[in-house]
Amino acid sequence: MSQRVANCPSCGAPVEFVWSGAVQTVCPFCRSILVRHDIDLRKVGEVADLPPDSSPIQIRTEGIYNNKAFVVVGRIMYEYEQGGWNEWHAVFSDGASGWISDAQSEYDVSFLNKSIQALPPSGEAYRGKEYVFENILYQVTSRTEAHYLGVEGELPFQYWDKSNVVFADLRSHEGRFGTLDYSGNPPLLYLGEPVEFEDLHFKNLRQFEGWS
Amino acid sequence: MGSAAVRPPVVKARALYCPNCGGTVQLRGYAHTLTAVCINCLTVLDTSTPAVRILQQAQQKLDRPPTIPLGTRGKFRETLYEAIGFQIRQTQDDDAAIYEWNEYVLFNPYKGFRYLVEYQGHWNFVSTLRFVPLQTTHGGKPAVVAGGRTYVHFQTAMAKTVFVMGEFPWRVQVGEAVRAMDLIAPPYMLSAENTPNELVWSSGEYMTGAQIWQAFQIKDHGPPPAIGIYEDQPNPHRSRVGSAWTLCFWMLMLLISLAAILSSAARNETVFHQKYSFQARSGAEAAFVTPVFELKGHPSDVQIQIQTDLDNNWTYFGLALINSDTSDAFDFGREVSYYHGRDSDGSWVEGRKNDSVVIPSVPPGHYYLRVEPEMDTRSASTIFSSSAVNYELIVRRDVPTYVWYWLAAFLLLIPPIAIWYRAFSFERSRWLESDYGTQTSVSGASRSGDDD
Repeated sequence: MSQRVANCPSCGAPVEFVWSGAVQTVCPFCRSILVRHDIDLRKVGEVADLPPDSSPIQIRTEGIYNNKAFVVVGRIMYEYEQGGWNEWHAVFSDGASGWISDAQSEYDVSFLNKSIQALPPSGEAYRGKEYVFENILYQVTSRTEAHYLGVEGELPFQYWDKSNVVFADLRSHEGRFGTLDYSGNPPLLYLGEPVEFEDLHFKNLRQFEGWS
Repeated sequence: MGSAAVRPPVVKARALYCPNCGGTVQLRGYAHTLTAVCINCLTVLDTSTPAVRILQQAQQKLDRPPTIPLGTRGKFRETLYEAIGFQIRQTQDDDAAIYEWNEYVLFNPYKGFRYLVEYQGHWNFVSTLRFVPLQTTHGGKPAVVAGGRTYVHFQTAMAKTVFVMGEFPWRVQVGEAVRAMDLIAPPYMLSAENTPNELVWSSGEYMTGAQIWQAFQIKDHGPPPAIGIYEDQPNPHRSRVGSAWTLCFWMLMLLISLAAILSSAARNETVFHQKYSFQARSGAEAAFVTPVFELKGHPSDVQIQIQTDLDNNWTYFGLALINSDTSDAFDFGREVSYYHGRDSDGSWVEGRKNDSVVIPSVPPGHYYLRVEPEMDTRSASTIFSSSAVNYELIVRRDVPTYVWYWLAAFLLLIPPIAIWYRAFSFERSRWLESDYGTQTSVSGASRSGDDD
């Protein structure tokens, strides 16, 4: 994977890009949120200290999903009343960009679906509602009003000035997973599946004291 | 990979101070722990924010600690999990009887959370379900299909938390109650808990106390003994029913083959056949002996047939098969009687004109029969019967006998029937504890269904 280095316009530190498609990154030294404009990096804000989280995944964690190698390059962190969770941005060997969501070490892998245009508006997507996407019947199993906590690393879009966002989690009978993301307008649909920890063949995970 | 990557240091378990008693509270579940209970004063703490908040105080101390000490690690499906939380929950049935069970929170920082549920020595290893089960019905009961298995509704009840200890990855408080529904496909079960946000499905697999103790390597005390039959306890007899019938079938086949072979091999040889007449006369000596006949070959059975012309009469034959060389005797008596007539219910028949008896394992040699017929002399005065009888004695050597085969077949049927009955009784006992067990529970189930 080709790496490019630019300098942080705020502190001058070198900022690496693992993924050529990254639109936004965060300077690991001064926590400036940097957005790419052509070849320039522009500071748009700063990330407050992220609260302690206990995800075993970190930036630069590698893995294999469906026989494709990936590396984790960024994340968005949220919390809601039942705790915090991470949306890890993973870049695959074929250049695809996907998401590994990690809520209390339960993992879902999903990808942005760009082909479905007509998505239900936020007001409709309540628990128990059923939708068919890509010929699969999904049910809204929970509707989460989440609080945005911060970002880290490379993201495929600008994402920083957020506060409260709404997600509708979708599950199918066959074990498919989806999310209706109402954090922006228009809403976005991510489709994927729940996975077991072993399925992702992780490398370079965080270490926990007393656990090897 | 780039050396400039920020790598957080090794994650350490957090410790905090109980705002109530100042004691140290260790957080083994790291930032996942939303609720922790102070080990000293049992105060329930909200640990989701840096400023630890008291959620609940004055919890009753437990008279006996959890049988699996918190902090113990056990291996389940090749993964090590640490017991970090413990709660006691209970439910009350329509007769106000209280059922109480224990739930442990298990944690591995990479694999997340699993749960152990224990009721009276019966255990379930529980994970959350990541898909929505499909609703259906099975045998008139509500059911769901998940992962190719059909889970049948067992019971629905309000589950109330009455004691908490350790850590929980959700907000927990004593007194909280949720509607919980159990569906079973032994040794598996599904539970659905209706929380305000979500219908949380979890799937359990039945485990014995011994398996749990093995997983945790607990050596200093044994698991609590299993009492009764648990809802998803596998029926130990069910898997044996099929194989018992299969075995029985092949044994019967073998028996039939054996019977066919041995009966065709039987010589079935008539060694003596003679006609006699008997006239009952009081005081007269009726006993006589037959000529000597030879029984050949290896020791085998001898059949003695008596064919009479009795008609509304009886004869008693005192018989002895006597070896003329050794004087060994087989003594026996046969009563032959045959009556028939008509009454208000129609015609009736009682007894038979002919009789047959088999003496097993008679050694070869020269034999004769000693015969002593007896009849009722008074019956001579009735017009319906004469006190005389004509009869034939037939002696056959090495006849095929089927009675032993019938007996063997009957005995062969006992084990599969017994196993089937035990499997059936097990299921009956299991379902007695369900919402469908008794009349009151059934009405309770429909009542709880109405207020949904």
